[in-house]
Amino acid sequence: MNEIFEPQIVAYCCNYCAYAAADLAGSMRLSYPSNVKVIQVPCTGRVDILYLLRAIEDGADGIYVAG
Amino acid sequence: MSKQAIGSVLVVGGGIAGIQASLDLADSGYLVYLAEKNSAIGGVMSQLDKTFPTNDCSMCIISPKLVEAGRHLNIELLTLTQVQEIAGEAGDFQVKLLQHPRYIDIDKCTACGECQKVCPVETSNRFDEGLQSQKAAFQLYPQAMPSAYTIEKKGVAPCKAACPANPSVQGCLALINHGKYKEAYELFMEEHPFPGVCGRVCHHPCEEICTRSTVDEAISIRSVHRFLADWAKKNKISFKPTVKVKRKEKVAVIGSGPAGLACAYFLGIQGYPVTVLEKHDVLGGMLRIGIPEFRLPRDIIESEIQAIRDLGVRFETGVDIGNDITIGQLREKGCKAFFMGVGAQECKALGIDCEDLEGVYPGVDFLRDVNLGKEVSMGDRVAVIGGGNVAMDSARTALRNGSSKPFIIYRRSEAEMPANVEEIEECREEGIEIMTLTTPVRVIGENGRVKAIECIKMELGEPDSSGRRRPVPVEGSEFTIDVDAMMPAIGQESDWACITDECECTLSDWGTLNVDSVTLQTDDPDIFAGGDAVTGPSTVIDAIAAGKEAAVSIHRFLNGQDLKKERPEKAKPFLEVDTRNVPPAERENMPCLSPEDRTGGFKEVQTGMDEQMVRREAARCLECGVCSECYQCVKACLAGAVAHDMKPVVHELHVGAVILAPGFTPFNPAQYDTYSYVSHPNVVTSIEFERMLSASGPYKGHLVRPSDKKAPAKIAWLQCVGSRDINTCDNSYCSSVCCMYANKQAVIAKEHSDDPLDTAIFFMDLRTYGKDFDKYNLRAQEEQGARFIRSRIHSVFPDEDDKLRIVYATESGKRAEERFDMVVLSVGLSPSTDVAGLAEKMGVELNDHKFAKTSCLSPVSTNREGIFVCGTFQEPKDIPHAVMEASAAAAAATGNLSHARWSLTRAKEMPPEADVTGQKPRIGVFVCNCGINIGGVADVPAIRDYARDLPHVVHVEDNLFACSQDNQDHIKQIIREKNINRVVVASCSPRTHEPLFQETIRDAGLNKYLFEMANIRDHNTWVHMDNPEKATEKAKDLVRMAVAKAVYSEPVHQVPLKIRKAALVIGGGISGMEAAVGIADQGRTVYLVEKYMELGGNATVLETTWQGEKIGPYLEDLVNRVKHHPNIELFMQTKVTGTTGTMGNFSTTLTSLNGESKEINIDHAVTVLATGGKEKTPEQYLYGEHPAVMTQLDMDRAFTERDERLSRAKRVVFIQCVGSRVPERPYCSKICCTHSLKSAVLLKKKNPKTKVYILYRDIRSYGFREELYVQARKAGVIFIRYSLKDLPKVESLANDGLSVTVTDHVLGMPVRLKPDLLVLASGIVPNTNTDLFELFKVPVNSEGFLIEAHAKLRPVDFSSEGIFLAGLAHYPKPIEESIAQAKAAASRAMTILSKEEIMVGGVVASVEEARCAACLTCVRTCPYGIPKVNEDSYAVIDSAECHGCGMCVSECPGKAISLQHFTDDQLVAKTTALFTSGG
Repeated sequence: MNEIFEPQIVAYCCNYCAYAAADLAGSMRLSYPSNVKVIQVPCTGRVDILYLLRAIEDGADGIYVAG
Repeated sequence: MSKQAIGSVLVVGGGIAGIQASLDLADSGYLVYLAEKNSAIGGVMSQLDKTFPTNDCSMCIISPKLVEAGRHLNIELLTLTQVQEIAGEAGDFQVKLLQHPRYIDIDKCTACGECQKVCPVETSNRFDEGLQSQKAAFQLYPQAMPSAYTIEKKGVAPCKAACPANPSVQGCLALINHGKYKEAYELFMEEHPFPGVCGRVCHHPCEEICTRSTVDEAISIRSVHRFLADWAKKNKISFKPTVKVKRKEKVAVIGSGPAGLACAYFLGIQGYPVTVLEKHDVLGGMLRIGIPEFRLPRDIIESEIQAIRDLGVRFETGVDIGNDITIGQLREKGCKAFFMGVGAQECKALGIDCEDLEGVYPGVDFLRDVNLGKEVSMGDRVAVIGGGNVAMDSARTALRNGSSKPFIIYRRSEAEMPANVEEIEECREEGIEIMTLTTPVRVIGENGRVKAIECIKMELGEPDSSGRRRPVPVEGSEFTIDVDAMMPAIGQESDWACITDECECTLSDWGTLNVDSVTLQTDDPDIFAGGDAVTGPSTVIDAIAAGKEAAVSIHRFLNGQDLKKERPEKAKPFLEVDTRNVPPAERENMPCLSPEDRTGGFKEVQTGMDEQMVRREAARCLECGVCSECYQCVKACLAGAVAHDMKPVVHELHVGAVILAPGFTPFNPAQYDTYSYVSHPNVVTSIEFERMLSASGPYKGHLVRPSDKKAPAKIAWLQCVGSRDINTCDNSYCSSVCCMYANKQAVIAKEHSDDPLDTAIFFMDLRTYGKDFDKYNLRAQEEQGARFIRSRIHSVFPDEDDKLRIVYATESGKRAEERFDMVVLSVGLSPSTDVAGLAEKMGVELNDHKFAKTSCLSPVSTNREGIFVCGTFQEPKDIPHAVMEASAAAAAATGNLSHARWSLTRAKEMPPEADVTGQKPRIGVFVCNCGINIGGVADVPAIRDYARDLPHVVHVEDNLFACSQDNQDHIKQIIREKNINRVVVASCSPRTHEPLFQETIRDAGLNKYLFEMANIRDHNTWVHMDNPEKATEKAKDLVRMAVAKAVYSEPVHQVPLKIRKAALVIGGGISGMEAAVGIADQGRTVYLVEKYMELGGNATVLETTWQGEKIGPYLEDLVNRVKHHPNIELFMQTKVTGTTGTMGNFSTTLTSLNGESKEINIDHAVTVLATGGKEKTPEQYLYGEHPAVMTQLDMDRAFTERDERLSRAKRVVFIQCVGSRVPERPYCSKICCTHSLKSAVLLKKKNPKTKVYILYRDIRSYGFREELYVQARKAGVIFIRYSLKDLPKVESLANDGLSVTVTDHVLGMPVRLKPDLLVLASGIVPNTNTDLFELFKVPVNSEGFLIEAHAKLRPVDFSSEGIFLAGLAHYPKPIEESIAQAKAAASRAMTILSKEEIMVGGVVASVEEARCAACLTCVRTCPYGIPKVNEDSYAVIDSAECHGCGMCVSECPGKAISLQHFTDDQLVAKTTALFTSGG
């Protein structure tokens, strides 16, 4: 493989903590790779296992559930 | 109490207490003014990293409160605001508040931070406790509410204020510091068009006042702006100000000196056609003909005049007004206004004999002739008479013009010479003699030509009107000097040939033109004047300033405006700059040609500083005004929010009550030398350490030492710094929170460390008395291995490798020492710095410690009716206690205002909602540039165009600021025009901006849930700044995902639910009764249920509070109020036997216990549980076996009953922690230490000879209770510490006596006491109410105490909405805290009871009945216990109670439950969209 592998990562973030932390990273102008995309959920408890499977099926290389 | 109460409350202080009080008030029907002195609310809690005992992130838990308070319709947030005065009385106070300017328009600021980026001023970051710097344009902290930035401006820098032309000198220096020479040059030119001229010849009043001169020497400001001018000239940078509008009215400026040129420049900027008329053939007036070239080169003058010419100003030379053309003729030619800047160029006569001889040549004439290139020969010996710059210039010019021996005669001493010091110095260097205290009395001539001068010596007498000492001739000291020529240079006057009869101008006795001192208008309305013509000979800068000022007048005159109105006052310099820690730095000297190189010709003497020198000079600036007024932020702010001319605003308000919550100031340990705090970077305060631990702090949450940024291996905490100390700081009280926060910091610090971190806490008494605090401490010691060292600190010494050596005394008095990498000083809570002033204005009494004086029986009331307190202003306390008091203060403040409830509150009118059911999605996408925050990184047009092709999108556009007010109107218009039914905004975070856009689409008639946001700033351009391409691609992904979710968005509705207007209070002790009265006073029915026959609970036994207030009368009054209150229905000997319903609509069954077992059903909206606790009956120490052993309550009864055992007792022993802080009950009962101290002091008071011993583990006299501890020690009470491992032994003696054996902690030896009385400080246990608690489904902890909703911020709420708690059932607490908690419960209850109906539903779970298999998964999953399976065998989730977390939805195996707005369809669509880019 010549190309550098860039995994696609989806992050389910709790609105109260992890999503706020991602906002804070922005406020502080921290830097992280752009292939992480955040989906806001009201609580990580709302993350259905099916979403994780569906994401993998759709092509996710990594899933991050943070809360 | 006035009859017409006002339905609003002022809350002073926006810390957590002020915020909570405001929210309670606003939620229960009052308009709140929340005044905060800082630029954002949040107080000290927002600075903290974590909170104890739950280790929650402080910011995470306070942030929702900040947003709620900031956005609340009925909370008017007044930041940067302080109370000025208050009048009136409870019910109707008139308050004046002073709001300091933010210099940024809060409504326009988008918090993009561009102002901060360009701001050149670095100042100490107070939020980070000075551990890093911040800009003058700053946001207090990233999550600040309001989020708008602030410019910190202390005042006008002295240099700017001192310069009559007002250029931002500090701004120039700040910009130079950043290498921004062009910007600095332009900044100067905005206000002052002659940096090159003034940079050479100005007498620099700016340097005289420069604050730096109080440290070492003034900054060489003149040289610095000369550098700017030379740099701009060299780099061919010209400044062309923007001409505002072209105007027709012609203006003539007479004279091209600095006054006339400046006037022409500023009129040119205004767009007037200006002609400058000059008598001589050259331009520049005295700059050109009065100042020699070696001081001011011609090309400098010319290039600065060129800038004026470039503006379109015309110049005509050789025009002598009055002779060639008159003012009247110019008027006829259409000139509408005139500026007279004719200067003062005619030499004044000396007034002595023979002044008309040949060889007497006035200095100004000589300079003019030489400057105009005329051949003038003066001979060798030239006497110049005078001490000003003209005299110096004349002598130096004569030297360069062939005279070998020019010299100066001056009548006063050198100190009085008006010439610049530099020029006097340069004269000397060039060999020119200065004869001071000498004056000519006669010119001696020969053949009509001067030959000699007769002079007389002078001496200095009394000061004259100029303040200088008057020269007085010394009789008989005459002498004669031979000269070839004499040049008088003692001043000039003006030639007034220009003032012809057509002018109505008048002259003063001094021969100057009369003008209005403010407007510079002469007696002829269209003629203005300034400079030497008005002032007599003065300075260049005064002339420039006059020209500038006259330009303002002329502009007003020509526009028919009032010349005087709102003319800015002369700025006052800000002089209170703290220069204590400024390191010295030498002033750079102006480089000059050597005297040999310069006197041969007219080459410029001063050669100018180079870039490095100027940078060093600029770096010496002390930034007096903080903001330098460089105005870079004005240019950078695309939203146009910066407003440097903002003025303070006075708000005059009427309020019904006031709540003071000004908080505290962390103790500043700088006054202690012993801790090496000031001298050593690795000694930090606890609040600094909080910032160090914080992820948003100076080290981004990496635990490193300040000195070398390396991870420490050993950290020590020193307790009681600034607390319990009357030797150094006079804070004799205990700060109540330090023991716990040190525990927490040690635990968190360990978590932050990769390698094992050794933490040691040096303390006197461990005061972990709050709920779950002892457990926390045990975990810290046993699980995390934090060391606790009981000790007294001697000193902290610096040691090698930046370490610190702590020398201390152990408990047994031995000296010991240990080395640490870092030392944290656990600083106490000092009274807030401005609180004394606030209290005085408010008429509120303070106690000896400078905290609010309150009574234990009315803990949130001040001495002034209608003014209440809460939080640390009342006493040092932790957050939950402050929050609880805040609610209590809200209840107390509104007790008399209930008639005015809802009278001033605001409500928002909404248009009817459009029905979108069945409609196909029509999505509008708005992509925000956020100034350059998004647009400067990602390609916004590309994102916009990409969105156009996404499914269902019917409208796309990009906006500079999507959130601006005008854009909200625009979005509404587009929604209507294009019939849009779903809106997507791609901008910042939904956490901050979603409510705004939701409100906008709701205003346009769409349900607010038809809105979706893509966070392309905080999650994209701000974190991928270095990769614009990827940021653009990611933004497209995020927009696509948002659109995909929006397709599935459906309206979600909340429905109103009528509520019942009654409360149920369970428990008739102090807490229950206070809660009942609190609610009943607010006009709501209260059902108060007590299971026994008597009201009052434990209070019936207590005699006084720790402060000595009598409890009996208070209790009697309270019971009376309860019994006779029209709104209270009392159920004695009654028990709750059943309850159903939810918040707002409970139905409860009460059963009487008096034998009848009668049942009654009541309906109520809220429930307060105040079921109390009791003193535990001791099972040890011979209690109940030996008559001399009693508990504290037994002793209280004995005191009340005047039991003789007390008066007879010669020796009394107290044993503390009986049944508390033991493995079965690992908690502190909080009140026992205070109780024993109070009893001990009383015993000593009654009979000082009584021997009193207190056997203790830690004396926990927190807060001001420390006073009792001090009193007890002073009274001779003996304190002996024992440990849990070595308990005291109590034995019965043969003679019926008692023996108590305890190991003395100092001696290490057993001590045997034979007390006559043994008092056991037995702990508190909750009353057993298992059935009741199960009925209400409220949780209890392992010790049986009720568990509140959140240990920190919801101390009287339960997780189940509508149920509250108070008193001992929650945790052991003193009476004052129970009273406050009961009032707080009343306040929280009123947030529900005050309303007619509550809105329920929204983002909540709903069950599809047909799919439900009643498997109970949801029932088991829900953390709040909301789902229930009903009799029809399917689950029901009450939308009024559901918290909307969605856990049940994810867990439901039958997919029977869905969470509105976060449906499977929506989340799957969003996820799938991420991976199906379609390209």
